[in-house]
Amino acid sequence: MSSLKRQYHLEQVRKVFGRRQVALDGVDLNIRQGERVALIGPSGAGKTTLFRLLNCTLRPTSGKIWIDGEDVETLHGKQLRQARRRIGTVYQQHNLIPRLKVIHNVLAGQLGRWSTLRSLASLAKPHDGELAHKALDQVGIPEKLFDRTDELSGGQQQRVAIARVLVQDPEVVLADEPVSSVDPTLASTIVRLLIDISRDTGKTLVVSLHSVDLALAYFSRVIGIRNGTIAFDLSPEKISDAMLEELYAGSGREDSNTEATSEPASSIAYPSIS
Amino acid sequence: MNLLAPSRIRQSPKSLFPYLFAGLFLLAFFDSWQRAGIDPKVFFEPRGQRALGKFLTGMFPPDLSPAFLSLLFRPALETIQISILGTIIAVMIGFPLGLLGTNTMAVAGILNEAELQGAPLRRGLRYAVYFIARGLLSLFRSIPEFVWAFMFVRAVGLGPFPGVLAIGLAYGGMLGKVYSEIFEGVNYRPLEALQSLGANKLQIFFYGWFPQALPNFVSYTLYRWECAVRASAILGLVGAGGLGQQIEISMRMFNFNEVLTILIILFLMVAAVDYLSAKVRAML
Repeated sequence: MSSLKRQYHLEQVRKVFGRRQVALDGVDLNIRQGERVALIGPSGAGKTTLFRLLNCTLRPTSGKIWIDGEDVETLHGKQLRQARRRIGTVYQQHNLIPRLKVIHNVLAGQLGRWSTLRSLASLAKPHDGELAHKALDQVGIPEKLFDRTDELSGGQQQRVAIARVLVQDPEVVLADEPVSSVDPTLASTIVRLLIDISRDTGKTLVVSLHSVDLALAYFSRVIGIRNGTIAFDLSPEKISDAMLEELYAGSGREDSNTEATSEPASSIAYPSIS
Repeated sequence: MNLLAPSRIRQSPKSLFPYLFAGLFLLAFFDSWQRAGIDPKVFFEPRGQRALGKFLTGMFPPDLSPAFLSLLFRPALETIQISILGTIIAVMIGFPLGLLGTNTMAVAGILNEAELQGAPLRRGLRYAVYFIARGLLSLFRSIPEFVWAFMFVRAVGLGPFPGVLAIGLAYGGMLGKVYSEIFEGVNYRPLEALQSLGANKLQIFFYGWFPQALPNFVSYTLYRWECAVRASAILGLVGAGGLGQQIEISMRMFNFNEVLTILIILFLMVAAVDYLSAKVRAML
């Protein structure tokens, strides 16, 4: 299943915001095509920044990123959009357009393939309605096709976001805290859904999770990130409680006495400041 | 988390700014009062009272004779037409320029980071377009519509056409500025998501930006239309058609009862536009 081809290759990637806010500091990372990886780590560790680098929303301050063998630095304009089209992202929340109907949010997955004119026409009369319906069916809410997106629950909206990725049909699926705003049962359902999609179609999957339990239960490779660097990159059975404790110790530079240290391996989501 | 530790709040330094600001405000207020020649006593002096009384009693009763009303029908219609066409032109000017002058669309923020980092030429070009758009908008709205109308009357002659152009330009400048502020105010997260799946700027605009901005966009545009009704009535004073021409004639003849009639009609038109806008906004 796991081919030897590299999906991602990162070399000494560093990202600095402003003058001196270091978000990532020397990250080396290889992810093979079709691999499924979970990222864990305290808030502010740099997970979201890493995702934004992986989906070409940001560029590294220094260091290099290759996606599918292609040096990201050289990509601009249309080529950059083409590269982005091959990467699908599911966010924590707020990533859909609330005022649009579900069908348009799902079909937005096609924007990378459609011309501007065709996308505009689709807002009046949806192209590929069948495709949208199929994607929604796959995530379990086919009846919501024509509802307004802001009328759905948080969990349903996350399913719509996943349906959009299905329509986009990328080579990589990135999910940045996809389940931290839904309840625990729904959380594992959604994680399983993402894993099924990856398994069925051979897509590379990278998910960041607040819940360490979910990461350890569903992924064969778990990467711990702390203070902008990779703390460990192991299979779950090799990850000890002590390692997790250290990963979340004093999470964040500013509050050294948080409750996060006390229960590192519980299913309770770690509080996030964002 | 303890982001707001009490120790940090207590240490907030005493600022001189509020006192400075209050002082500056008082200075500006009294200086303006004096320079503007504000003198409430005028209302109580016999001379002032006589003039005021003449004006007010002259207004009543308003001239509601069929002859005068039928005379007003065409100019009233013309005023509405000027306001509609003027607003449409204003949207056509303000929309594209406002878009190009939107900070987060043109140069800044997460939607431009990857595109502009390490591309100085591209960045320079984007900034040039951005500043030109904002400069044009400032120019259009810094010149009052009254002055625009005056110039266009010279250029294209008397009648409603210069009024339409004047409102189009002056209001285009105002709309464009406010549009860009509305666009800058939308939640950027859905836009980031659209960008990350490979959408181009225009696609992001139509799928993410505009749907989010729509309610504010529509309600501000309708508000400007309401203002345009009023403005187009006044533009008649410089010969740009509409009710204004009639106001000017009646005022010059000291027929204040006719002026009141025109003001009532104007009030009814503005109220009607307001009602219509409320209906449209409720539909969104």
